[in-house]
Amino acid sequence: MTVSILIFLPVIAALAVLLFKNDAAKHAALTFSVAELAVALFFLSKFIPNADVQFAIDVPWIAKMGIYFNAGIDGISMMMVLLTTVLVPLIILTTYKHQYKNAGAFYALILFMQAGLLVVFTALDGFLFYVGWEAALIPIYFICSLWGGENRIRITLKFFIYTFSGSLFMLVGIIYLYLQTPSKTYDLFQFYNLALDAHHQVFVFWAFFLAFAIKMPLFPLHTWQPDTYTEAPSAGTMLLSGIMLKMGIYGVIRWMIPNAPLGFFQWQSMTIMLAVIGIGYASIIAFKQNDGKRLVAYSSIAHVGLIAAGIFVWNIEGLQGAMIQMLSHGINVIGMFFIWDIITRRLGTREISSLGGIAKVAPKFAIAFLIIVLGTVALPLTNGFVGEFLLLSSVFQWNIYMVTAAGLTMIFGAVYMLRMYKKVMHGETNALTITFTDISGSETLVLSIICALIIIMGIYPQPILHISEASVTHLFNIVNPKFPQLK
Amino acid sequence: MNTLIIISVLPLVLLYLGLYKAQKALLPVTIIGLLLALGCAISQWNDNAVPIYHGMMLFDNFSIMFSGITIVSTILIIFLSRGYFERISNHIAEYYAIILFSLAGIIVMVSFHNLTMLFIGIEIMSVSLYILAGIKKSDFASNEAALKYFLMGAFSTGFLLFGIALIYGSSGSFNLEAISSWVLDHPHVKDITPMFYTGVLLIIVGLCFKVGAAPFHFWTPDVYEGSPTLITAFMSTVVKTAGFAAFLRLFSACFAPLSAFWVPVLLVITVITLFIGNITALYQHSFKRMLAFSSISHAGYLLFAIVALGASSGSSVAVYATAYSIASIIAFGALILVQQQSGSDNFESFNGLSKKNPFLALVVTIAMLSLAGIPLTAGFIGKFFMFSTALKQYQVWLVVLAVVNAIISIFYYFRVIVAMYFRDAERAELTIPVYYKFVLGLSALITILIGVYPDVISKFF
Repeated sequence: MTVSILIFLPVIAALAVLLFKNDAAKHAALTFSVAELAVALFFLSKFIPNADVQFAIDVPWIAKMGIYFNAGIDGISMMMVLLTTVLVPLIILTTYKHQYKNAGAFYALILFMQAGLLVVFTALDGFLFYVGWEAALIPIYFICSLWGGENRIRITLKFFIYTFSGSLFMLVGIIYLYLQTPSKTYDLFQFYNLALDAHHQVFVFWAFFLAFAIKMPLFPLHTWQPDTYTEAPSAGTMLLSGIMLKMGIYGVIRWMIPNAPLGFFQWQSMTIMLAVIGIGYASIIAFKQNDGKRLVAYSSIAHVGLIAAGIFVWNIEGLQGAMIQMLSHGINVIGMFFIWDIITRRLGTREISSLGGIAKVAPKFAIAFLIIVLGTVALPLTNGFVGEFLLLSSVFQWNIYMVTAAGLTMIFGAVYMLRMYKKVMHGETNALTITFTDISGSETLVLSIICALIIIMGIYPQPILHISEASVTHLFNIVNPKFPQLK
Repeated sequence: MNTLIIISVLPLVLLYLGLYKAQKALLPVTIIGLLLALGCAISQWNDNAVPIYHGMMLFDNFSIMFSGITIVSTILIIFLSRGYFERISNHIAEYYAIILFSLAGIIVMVSFHNLTMLFIGIEIMSVSLYILAGIKKSDFASNEAALKYFLMGAFSTGFLLFGIALIYGSSGSFNLEAISSWVLDHPHVKDITPMFYTGVLLIIVGLCFKVGAAPFHFWTPDVYEGSPTLITAFMSTVVKTAGFAAFLRLFSACFAPLSAFWVPVLLVITVITLFIGNITALYQHSFKRMLAFSSISHAGYLLFAIVALGASSGSSVAVYATAYSIASIIAFGALILVQQQSGSDNFESFNGLSKKNPFLALVVTIAMLSLAGIPLTAGFIGKFFMFSTALKQYQVWLVVLAVVNAIISIFYYFRVIVAMYFRDAERAELTIPVYYKFVLGLSALITILIGVYPDVISKFF
């Protein structure tokens, strides 16, 4: 049993789904993604939560250049694999009430993207990592620009060029590291063993940082994000916000900081500063939004900013908080976007000001919406709380001003989220919202799964934290001796 | 050796076939002949080759590698020519013969071991191309292209010849080995006469003309646009590959020890080429002109291997040239089809292609992604090899500039994809001949195959 099954199953699935049309494609895609989830859960059941890389595969790919198909799962990767494999079936299920043209191609692209994401999250070879990174980008570009909204052509091209430019610099960084290794290899652990001087590490740091900061996105490189999220079809938005931006965070943890610790150290305060500025900036803009999808998009920047800040402080609480928060954020943000997808599909508008009183006509929907909002604002006993608590306590160790700024804006976040809920769900029902019908069928299924996950993870997060604990500690112990001194 | 003989005799056979009106036999005979030549080339792989004909030619692995690439590209282009020349004239045997004469010149260019052979190879190739550019006798643009190409080409050959003469004057030999040992015998910069350096510079100018590197590129757009599309495909793939092979062969065999002198010159040329090619391509409305400018920028990437001359340069150029040639053949093949239908080669004529011809749209997308250097296509592997080669020589800034250019190139390559998939237009379904389906499908498959598992070719180089 190696990780290759996990990687190639979606590729095969994508090719198979291409053969189906309309509803058959939906069902086929769902079946395959559930099968993929089953494989992932099987791996989880066999997974020993220590720091070792498990289910590893290591075969020559371009042997002459020292490139190996080298992938495996440790605790950190396991979390990301879970994130991907749990969310993709959910995302496919959210599209059940949509009729997409060329459905076969649509679902094939989603599954192909899943393969790319899984390569990114399990790769232990620099070249493989880069290939996975781009392999995840191409499908989402086509998903957004083929099935997106009106301005999609310009906006998705902007998105593509943004992310592609970042990743090319990363490629240069990876090749540079390769040339420094004594045995000329792209093996990640050989990269870890390099002892470059600080000057060269700064170069490597920037090469990686650009790619990851664009992907997350980190202020001020976020400008592609709200437009893309708004224009993308809702499944595309969910893939982007739920899974894809975690590629950037994962990259920071696994590739950027351990490969260039000294370079990172020189710029650490800048990165934390940018992350915190991003939280505040996105929250303020979110507060002013009248378009529900845009509001969620900006709030997502704020949440990711906090995850980034927690990682950049670089301590075990922050890393563990980031691990669980990535999973929680993925679940919550998909729930949020799905809520707006339901509203848009029923009422044809996303304007918060034209809505109101939906709770009266759709009580089931109201409950689900409320639970997701509470999860997003990180109420205790929801999944958002665990991660956010750990992340804030990590930022606290860096600087009390930063944590104040970050913490206050998170409260601010709660204000606009709840305000949005109030405006949409409470108040007087108007002529438009009276027509709102309560959720049914696949919608109920998706929302109940999401709500159940929010509550279960909030009440008992220990098993999930346990998965990544040993690996995070291990990684921390590798990197820490390389820092000149720690605050 | 046998490869060259076969390719030289083949056109004569074709001319006789033309004489006896056996037009149906032309294509099969050409293809079989080329396959035979390819087989002969491959059978000599890893033989310990020694220079033959008094050191005139050397059929080593380098020469076999590039002969192979150019022959395969020619075969693909010849397949596309079915039905193409008939529309231009009745005497189609001549066209096949001229293409093959040009290929014979190319085989000489990639196998030379003596500067005179380099010159002769380039001339055989170029003279054939001057004719090919003008085969649409009644077409104004085609005539213009032929004339421009001839004047510019003759001019650049003059530079090349002058350079060769100066090198001969200082080192006393045309033989690559003799020149190389002369250079090695004069380890101090002062020992080498200014005449020799001038020779090197003039050769750089001559060769840059031939490969279309800026600032010696200005003939390319007009010639590429005016020539019949199929000939443009031949010029921008096979001819360009051969030009770089010759460039690399000469510089790695003779001038490598003098790199401190000529690398700065080429570095400037490379950067200018990248930027001029890419930025001008951005402003084109015609797909064909865009491909012409993009071919200039690809010449810039190919120059990387010469600027960062090292052990892996040969394989980098080979992989890059293969990827670029195959993707360009798809692009030009699709252009021929679209041009026939709409009569225009603008981007707009690709609008809505995916609705009616999903296959054609898909292969063009693969070609564009490959030209843009997106992973899982051959073009990425080519760029990756080039970047690695350049970084090995610590040309970090060059690579950063190349990255900037790769980003710019996304804009115009994606314009085609955007037109095909996201813009709607009323159009009728294109009928794609079987030969086209075969060539385009095969090329797309090779592009993906090299992209996913580059060992299929990089292992040999």
